[in-house]
Amino acid sequence: MIRLSIPLRQALARLSLPLMIAAAFGVMLLGKADTLLAERLRTHLSDALSPIYAALAEPMAAVRSAVEEVQELGRLRADNAQLREDNERLRRWHASALALETENDMLRRQLNFLPEAAPAFVTARVVADGGGTYARAVLLATGPQHSIRKGQVALDERGFVGRVTEVGTRSARVLLATDMNSRVPVTLEASRARAIMAGNNGARPRLAHWPEGVIPVDGERIVTSAEAGAFPAGLPVGIVRMSPQGSPEVELFARLDRLDSVRLFDYGLRGIIPPEAVARPEPRQSRR
Amino acid sequence: MAMPPARRPHGRPAPAPGLLRRIDDAARTAFPGFSTAFLMVLAAAPINLPSPVFAVTLPCVAFWSVFRPAAMMPPVVFLLGLLLDLLTYAPLGAGVLVLLALHAVAVRLRFALVRQSFLAVWLGFCVAALVSVVFYWGLQSLLALRLSPIAPALYAALLACGLYPILAYLLTRVHEAMRHAESEP
Repeated sequence: MIRLSIPLRQALARLSLPLMIAAAFGVMLLGKADTLLAERLRTHLSDALSPIYAALAEPMAAVRSAVEEVQELGRLRADNAQLREDNERLRRWHASALALETENDMLRRQLNFLPEAAPAFVTARVVADGGGTYARAVLLATGPQHSIRKGQVALDERGFVGRVTEVGTRSARVLLATDMNSRVPVTLEASRARAIMAGNNGARPRLAHWPEGVIPVDGERIVTSAEAGAFPAGLPVGIVRMSPQGSPEVELFARLDRLDSVRLFDYGLRGIIPPEAVARPEPRQSRR
Repeated sequence: MAMPPARRPHGRPAPAPGLLRRIDDAARTAFPGFSTAFLMVLAAAPINLPSPVFAVTLPCVAFWSVFRPAAMMPPVVFLLGLLLDLLTYAPLGAGVLVLLALHAVAVRLRFALVRQSFLAVWLGFCVAALVSVVFYWGLQSLLALRLSPIAPALYAALLACGLYPILAYLLTRVHEAMRHAESEP
């Protein structure tokens, strides 16, 4: 320990505050002049402190989880009320669904309606995006002995995905609804008007060729149409959305950017022109 | 030249302090600075709550400056300010200057404050905390050359005012224990 005389010590004590304030200004200047210095000092400090924080991690996690618990409890009440309300609403829907079902049965009996056979389907895993002729297509891995054929309809768990365009022995390719070559006949559900959903390689296919006098409304549901016999009627496709330019587009239900498996339905439809029978121009008969 | 003998309160020349005694003294002198730094580091721990580093620092510095300025010396305050700036990502030097100003004011007023009741000291601290927070905010804005939002600073002032009684209670206990240890022969 350095021994100093008392007056000197007192003088030092009196001087230290102004000195320190001057040093503070010096630090400020230094921090302004060399911004990297502060960063480096902070890094060193956090390096030195990290063991302390590591030791504290466990109790801090406990504190954090306790805080979250309390917040969760607060939220629980609101959630509960919401769920009750939802439950009530769903019960009403359930009741109306049951009523509609019985009514439907009764009407069918009266009309002598021929019910459609439940379609057979196979589920196949998506193994690759793109490739092939089309910009928006996926490749499916199938077993060696599959019954997949061209023209089958592919759906994911939410809605329409596309059509099978190529079939190999162990794979099949599905042309997605967003591809530029995809044209799907659809029905606007509210107005029952028919239209064509044309892909444009973007996320949302355009809507085209709707009849005059009908305007697709934002939020309207779109389902497939049985027009041309290529698709069964009523498969869920998407919702009408207006593009910034004001033209109607379709926001698909299916999540085409994250497909992992699709169901391929066999509705037994061949379309007007079966995909196998591409009409080739007949060679003209040469005149003799 | 004869040096004036260092005098003890008892009037007779003190025996040369032993090693233990000296360690004891050093520990007492070092306690305020180190405890404050430790609290600051604890407060800077990454929890999902608003960081209370500044709000923890103000009561500690103010308390020790008023009640034990011999241990909360300007160099210690300087180092604590530097730690504050490094922990809070403030521009370097702002916290140092604010803490030094608080320290200077507290030391200047300490003889008036020590005699007051706890409530008066608390009120005084609240005013000081508000002024320091506004000063800190102004310095930050000046050094960063852009106006930062003042709401977090005001929250910090409120937090400091709320933390003061708790910290002061604990620190008073410690301070009394220290005084008790010092008054023993």
